Amino acid sequence: MFWKSKRETVKSLEEMTRRRSQWRDVMGRLFRNKTGFVGLCICAILIILVVFAPVFTSYNPLKQSVPERFLYPSSEHIFGTDDFGRDLWARILYGGRISLLIAFIAVIISTVGAIILGSCAGYFGGAVDQIITRVMDVMMSIPGLLLAIAISSALGAGLVNTALAIAIPGIAPGARIIRSTVMSIKDCEYVEAAKASGSKNFRLIMIHIIPNCIAPLIVNATLSIGGNIMAISGLSFIGLGVQAPTPEWGAILSTGKTYLRDFWPLVFFPALFIMLTILGFNLFGDALRDALDPRLKD
Amino acid sequence: MSLLEIKHLSVQFETRDSVIKAVNDLDLTIEAGQTLGLVGETGAGKTTTALSILRLIQEPPGRIKGGEILFEGKDLLKVSNEEMRAIRGNEISMIFQDPMTALNPIIRVGEQIAEVIRLHENCSKGEAMEKALYMLETVGIRPERSMDYPHQFSGGMKQRVVIAIALACSPKLLIADEPTTALDVTIQAQVLEMMNKLKQQFNTAMLMITHDLGIVAETCDHVAIMYAGELVEYGTIERIFHNPRHPYTNGLFGAIPSLDKDVDRLRPIPGLMPDPAALPKGCKFQERCEYACDKCRENAQMFTEIEPGHFVRCERAVRGEI
Repeated sequence: MFWKSKRETVKSLEEMTRRRSQWRDVMGRLFRNKTGFVGLCICAILIILVVFAPVFTSYNPLKQSVPERFLYPSSEHIFGTDDFGRDLWARILYGGRISLLIAFIAVIISTVGAIILGSCAGYFGGAVDQIITRVMDVMMSIPGLLLAIAISSALGAGLVNTALAIAIPGIAPGARIIRSTVMSIKDCEYVEAAKASGSKNFRLIMIHIIPNCIAPLIVNATLSIGGNIMAISGLSFIGLGVQAPTPEWGAILSTGKTYLRDFWPLVFFPALFIMLTILGFNLFGDALRDALDPRLKD
Repeated sequence: MSLLEIKHLSVQFETRDSVIKAVNDLDLTIEAGQTLGLVGETGAGKTTTALSILRLIQEPPGRIKGGEILFEGKDLLKVSNEEMRAIRGNEISMIFQDPMTALNPIIRVGEQIAEVIRLHENCSKGEAMEKALYMLETVGIRPERSMDYPHQFSGGMKQRVVIAIALACSPKLLIADEPTTALDVTIQAQVLEMMNKLKQQFNTAMLMITHDLGIVAETCDHVAIMYAGELVEYGTIERIFHNPRHPYTNGLFGAIPSLDKDVDRLRPIPGLMPDPAALPKGCKFQERCEYACDKCRENAQMFTEIEPGHFVRCERAVRGEI
């Protein structure tokens, strides 16, 4: 190491560049943000409940029992039972596994798709931009759920297919947001400076542009988790998403719709969980966006 | 062979309804290790010239109409994109005007310096970081600060980091586009002093773009005065400062406040620079020139050597009438 000998300060490279780890920095800032911490707690509790569902309930979510139909919440069935006498608390816990998993996969797919298309359109401009943007416009003109139904019926049911069906309509709005952000960032002087120091296009996009678009991306992703859960329920409702006996929040909710006037728990509890999920992820997403931005530090 | 030789460079910006001639038939030479000051008012084409050297003109609307940019004998306008990328930052690098925006806000400064080194030198991450620390120290920043983000630095320190990035690969030519315009005067002096020192240490030639003749006096060996996309006067710093011949150069000196003379008003150059989309026939400076005659309005002026190494684009000055 030639440069070390030339340096006047004798401390080692490791000492000088000991990373106050980026991760720890971000976490520290996240925990100091009170609403963000609440959001994180909500998300954590939901995920723990869902992942360790058997610990929190002894009921089988699929076991029907006709005499126990439409029971109101009691010490035995804390959320009551549904139209087939299945324990609602168990169905919500097990159903959350599928809802959250599909919603997450769909968010990841649509975000990655949006990043790729949006950054290409925004960065390269010209014909590339025209083609991508026009295709996105066409996609946006089709109602999201309708497009999801079309894709889902083409691909068939199943977890990954459902996630894909939900993710694809989500690409267009995300790509638009990224495109406009990229367009404003690519004219920043630091991008030009990086170009002047010999960076390739790919490197410019990956290192200098996309990390600077992270804020709208996170907001978009956390907001769309809630929409995704509703879309899954929509697909389940017409029999394309999750198949009938399998519990799923949206599916439970749409069953409950039938009994809305007479039996409130069947609508209230799945809706409460969907709401908590959306609230939790939005609060968490906002805080994460702030925490990831080093300029807002302290 | 000169380090950089620009021959007959013309750059245009083409919009739907007009063609803006930003640089017209420009000739410029920089010798290895020398500093050339490129002086002119806003919109004279200084930055456009600098960006053409690195081939960073946005196309469209910009277009390099013609000419050659010979860097060590190689025409930069003809090399492939890959070759150009290898040159940028490694053999020719650039310092941008505003240090506030020239650094990526979300990457630690040490890593930004190391990035250039990694791009051009075949070395490990650790070695690049070592060199980045050395560069930071060279520009007078404690290497411990390498893990900080740009927003934790003051303007002057950011410009030092930008300079460290520019010099990290010991380029043969450094283009400094108004490097001190965004800094206050005391910091300006520090940064200039440091740049002068480093230029000698790394034996780098420099193209100093500025509109401050004071900076030119302090740093440059040669001066080129630019007006409306062309050079109007070129010479060594002594020649230009002691014997300015072109009326525009004279006007620039007339507009500088003097320490030892007591004047109430400065003498500005009247009028504005001509619209680059509709340049006048003949001399570009005619409308603002108190010496303009009919001939000036008719004939394009030749860039003529009036004494060894001193060129002027003004017929009357050449004839000794001014």
